Amino acid sequence: MKAESGSSAMFVQCQGCRKTLFATEFLASHKVCGTCGHHHRLTWRERVDATFDADTFCESASTLVSHDPLNFPEYAPKYGQAQAKTGSMDSVTIGTARLEGLPVSVAVSDFHFMGGSMGSVAGEKVTLALEEAANARIPAIVFCASGGARMQEGILSLMQMAKTTAAVERCQEAGVPFIAVFTDPTMAGVLASYASVADVILSEPRALVGFAGQRVAKQAGVHKAPKDFQSAEFAMRSGMIDRIVPRKDLRPTLATLCRTLGGRLLHGAAHG
Amino acid sequence: MAKTYKEWMQPLRELEEGIANLESLAAGESGDKAAEIAETIRRFRQRRDNYIETLFSRLGPWERVLLARAEQRPYTLDYVSRIFSEFLELAGDRAAADDHAIVGGPALFQGRPVIALGHQKGRNLTERTDRNYAMAKPEGYRKAIRLFRMAERFRMPVLTFVDTPAADPGVESESRGISEAIASSMLEMVRLTVPVVSVVIGEGGSGGALGIAVANRVLMLEHSIYSVIPPEGCAAILWRAPEKGPQAAAALQLTAQTALELGVVEQVIPEPFGGAHRDYDEAAAGVRDAIALHLSQLDAMSPESLKADRYDKFRRLGSFSHQDLAAVSVTS
Ligand SMILES: [Zn+2]
Repeated sequence: MKAESGSSAMFVQCQGCRKTLFATEFLASHKVCGTCGHHHRLTWRERVDATFDADTFCESASTLVSHDPLNFPEYAPKYGQAQAKTGSMDSVTIGTARLEGLPVSVAVSDFHFMGGSMGSVAGEKVTLALEEAANARIPAIVFCASGGARMQEGILSLMQMAKTTAAVERCQEAGVPFIAVFTDPTMAGVLASYASVADVILSEPRALVGFAGQRVAKQAGVHKAPKDFQSAEFAMRSGMIDRIVPRKDLRPTLATLCRTLGGRLLHGAAHG
Repeated sequence: MAKTYKEWMQPLRELEEGIANLESLAAGESGDKAAEIAETIRRFRQRRDNYIETLFSRLGPWERVLLARAEQRPYTLDYVSRIFSEFLELAGDRAAADDHAIVGGPALFQGRPVIALGHQKGRNLTERTDRNYAMAKPEGYRKAIRLFRMAERFRMPVLTFVDTPAADPGVESESRGISEAIASSMLEMVRLTVPVVSVVIGEGGSGGALGIAVANRVLMLEHSIYSVIPPEGCAAILWRAPEKGPQAAAALQLTAQTALELGVVEQVIPEPFGGAHRDYDEAAAGVRDAIALHLSQLDAMSPESLKADRYDKFRRLGSFSHQDLAAVSVTS
């Protein structure tokens, strides 16, 4: 969304319907258009503020940075620019927080950092967040927003798919629920790893959700592609998602799941 | 730089044709004339071997891509028939279909029961279409899951052969959950308490490859590749120029050597002189010996430590540090 009148930013334009919106109202609704319902992308900080109890987020592993293992062309400057732009070291932020008072382990991917791509750092952080959930016996909540694996780290990025998926198994073994929230976009290497084996998969409306780039996928079956191909709604219809949840309902929905699926953890041996 | 395998191998093919012509010529001769032709053949063969040696002494990443994709290369079933006995292919995911892009079943490896499975390419157009160019659909990964569970139940080691450009990207695969199928296949491999060894024999194409390669030991043939994205796709994204595949291959460093250095694979299996396609038997013997070596090491581990070992292998992979600390790479 871009500011309509220079630096004053009294107004913003909706990226969905192009209507001009009051900035204050827009922010109050966590960047959901009041007219068309378009869910604009959030930064990780906005996501945390929109979802968890105020001032309960406690970040961990915030200083992890990639080593550019392949010395990949133009990666170092791009990485630096993304850090300068977002104030984050990499695409995923993790920590613990409270959700309606319940302790949770959290990972949030931020599309604004190199398209939320998953390299060594993002893979490590998602793994740490899932391991923390398993060790502390608290639910894991992961917000996905990613174009997929980060090609600049080559084969090591691909390996993050296996690493994060293995960490999901730790949660399963520990009996802690893992809830994935698909936001725009949830694609490729992220979708085809930890995200798709969550206990419960929620998605924001109209998020892009798919395995192959749209161009590639449509080439492979263009005549058969429905209009909403690779949308959350298409994935829902295909049985790949549990619920499509508007942003304003995410917090209570997640809390409900933590109390039901994670209920045993809260009440300990009494109900165990 | 040669764009295709055919173009790249043209001089070698001409030498081979020359040798073949001389050999048929020699068949009809005797005496001095025959000796003379034999001498010429010997010199031609020498030239061919020198040529191969020169060619293979300076293989770049793109040449590896061409080799890894070569139609003449041995495919999964070529290895299976040479390495195992009593292999019996099983079919179907018990839900929707049988995916011919992944083949597998029980077999004996040096007399011991195992599950063998892998991506299967086709040799001609009919086969390639039937096998969907080894691009597996959800049903392929779900068949793999069936076989992994069978291996666990009957305490059989799992041996997988990786050779795919990518998983199937089509609309129907998407609607039947290709992402979920790949992820679930990986998850099933994570759970196994039997030894798992994977061998990348040709193309290790991103998630489609990894879906059956979450192993205790991952091995790569010398001229195989393993990549997060096809070089052409990488070039299309980076430079909007898919034809810059060779440059992207160099940037991605998708070779077995790099994978070994980064800790992604445990061993690079040498190929016969001039590549695996020049001697299937020798190539298969190399793979067989490597599998035997790693299985013998894994046999010493308990079921729980096999699972833990696999977790640790992938847990370690990555290249990062805390910025405020001295730079210490997590991989070697
Ligand atoms: Zn709107």
